[in-house]
Amino acid sequence: MSDAGGGPLLAVRDVSVRFDTDDGALHAVDGVSFDVARGEVLAIVGESGCGKSVTTMSLLGLLPDTATVCGEAHFGGVQLIGAPAAALRRIRGREISFVFQDPMTSLNPVFTVGRQIGEVLRRHLGMSRADTRSRTVELLGLVGIPSPERRVDEYPHQLSGGMRQRVMIAMAIACEPKVLIADEPTTALDVTIQAAVLDVLRELRERLGMAIVLITHDLGVVADVADRVIIMYAGQKVEEAPVEELFAHPQHPYTIGLLGAVPHAPAAAAGNGRGRRRLVEIPGRVPALTAPPDHCPFAPRCPRADDRSRSEVPALETVRPEHLVACFHPGEREAVAP
Amino acid sequence: MSAVDVTVAPRVRTRRRMLLRLGRRPMAVAGLSVATVFVVAAILAPLVAPYDPADTNFGSVLQGPSASHVMGTDDLGRDVFSRVVFGARASLEAGVLATLLAMVVAVPLGLVAGYYRGWWDPVISRATDVVLAFPFLIIAVGMAAIFGPSLRNVVVALGVTAIPWIVRVTRGEALALREQDFVRAAIANGAGDRTILARHLLPNMAGTLLVQATVWIPQAIIGEAVLSFLGLGVQPPTPSWGSMLSAAQPFISLDAWLALFPGLAIFLATLSFNLLGDGLRDILDPRTRR
Repeated sequence: MSDAGGGPLLAVRDVSVRFDTDDGALHAVDGVSFDVARGEVLAIVGESGCGKSVTTMSLLGLLPDTATVCGEAHFGGVQLIGAPAAALRRIRGREISFVFQDPMTSLNPVFTVGRQIGEVLRRHLGMSRADTRSRTVELLGLVGIPSPERRVDEYPHQLSGGMRQRVMIAMAIACEPKVLIADEPTTALDVTIQAAVLDVLRELRERLGMAIVLITHDLGVVADVADRVIIMYAGQKVEEAPVEELFAHPQHPYTIGLLGAVPHAPAAAAGNGRGRRRLVEIPGRVPALTAPPDHCPFAPRCPRADDRSRSEVPALETVRPEHLVACFHPGEREAVAP
Repeated sequence: MSAVDVTVAPRVRTRRRMLLRLGRRPMAVAGLSVATVFVVAAILAPLVAPYDPADTNFGSVLQGPSASHVMGTDDLGRDVFSRVVFGARASLEAGVLATLLAMVVAVPLGLVAGYYRGWWDPVISRATDVVLAFPFLIIAVGMAAIFGPSLRNVVVALGVTAIPWIVRVTRGEALALREQDFVRAAIANGAGDRTILARHLLPNMAGTLLVQATVWIPQAIIGEAVLSFLGLGVQPPTPSWGSMLSAAQPFISLDAWLALFPGLAIFLATLSFNLLGDGLRDILDPRTRR
């Protein structure tokens, strides 16, 4: 596993994150492991607060000082968690880069977009000013910004949200990183822009061969671009499978609940009540993570829960080829009682 | 739709837009104009002043305004207008240098306290509280007593007084800015602390600091006048508005002109900088933007 040749690009092992707050410890992530292979799109899916973002941010030391991170994350022979700040800085933005959710606030308002992208190029690649400019224009073109040679001298407030997100992506791919972590990259955008940004990501994956970790709560986006999917719930990984497998044979009742809560256009358009499927919600809320769970975290909301679910934490098991699930009662049957 | 609109929108330079917005505020424009007059007069004092400010003429003492002496003459027959013009040098020098000194010391301290937090923050904050506890006059009189009265010591005393206030403002801005998404994004892109401080924090608080400067310059002008009035500032024969006021005191009932003009100069100079500062705050602070 540790050798760089055939192993995964990024191997995350048993990562836990605890925040020390005034109200006591908060166990945001509990023993999450996953691999990212070269050139694949891995989607991490879950409700708000399930630890998706915290997991990925913990890898590069981007969490505030109140966070304690345990576990291991191997990337090109380097153990990222607990690595010195200087080593992490060399990796951030160059080997592994981030795209954040809100493009409206993620750019520095006082500098042109060209200067901000150029800053990354100069920092990591030591490029000259002239090279930086031509490369910046090229990057803006690559992410689908029209007339990039003009846009490069514009300020963030002169660009629309979709354009700004493309600038963020251009900045993130400037040094051709091996892994791009996109944290809800399309959530703040409207649907047509969303599709365009996803196209950009897909195309970049093909052209540059970088792996993408896509954090989202939108299963439509997942079906669109992902190769493999991890479902997280309350800081734990509850299911992992290739995307077709997951959509065809979901095993965890939470996953089934998520799939049931996605509106389907054909069903909705079937009109006047007939043939229309009611959108099914998952009852209850994500539990407070004040202590590591001593039972299946989904049990309070789960129709399949029994005494065992309420007294033991289920381990991840392979139930079908390449399909992992943490549940005592896996299966495709309808999860949420009518 | 919005994407298209933005594409065709005319690109107006940020700086030009700022000037245009300033132009719509008559009080700010008035402040800027008067302040500019004072600055130009101070720089070009030898050209503006019709007489040498130190030239005495005992043939014409304590005269009222006339064609040859627009603001009259003082008890030694010196031309008051020339002295007011040269006095602008001491006042503005004190105002600008003290503010500059305070900025140079306070901004890095505020940045470190607000950005790094940790033990820096309480140490710097408490230290500023200590300085804050000393009234301005106590610092200034103490310094004059130890180092002797001079414009340089006035500048230092004024600068030291301003430091804690500017540290507080800078620290507050740094605290707010460090939580901004673009700072987080820059860190995620591998930016080091130096880059964050110099390119993300400082430029984004430049407007606030500029407003602080326009607040402190008039404060320091008054401070200089007070100290010179008390004889702790600029020493004769160099003219200063404060020392002119002080010299006019014995003649106040005889010749009120003598006190009027330096007083008016202090009033106009501080008012103009304050108006300019108010205008700048209005256009630079998005919360008051209309």
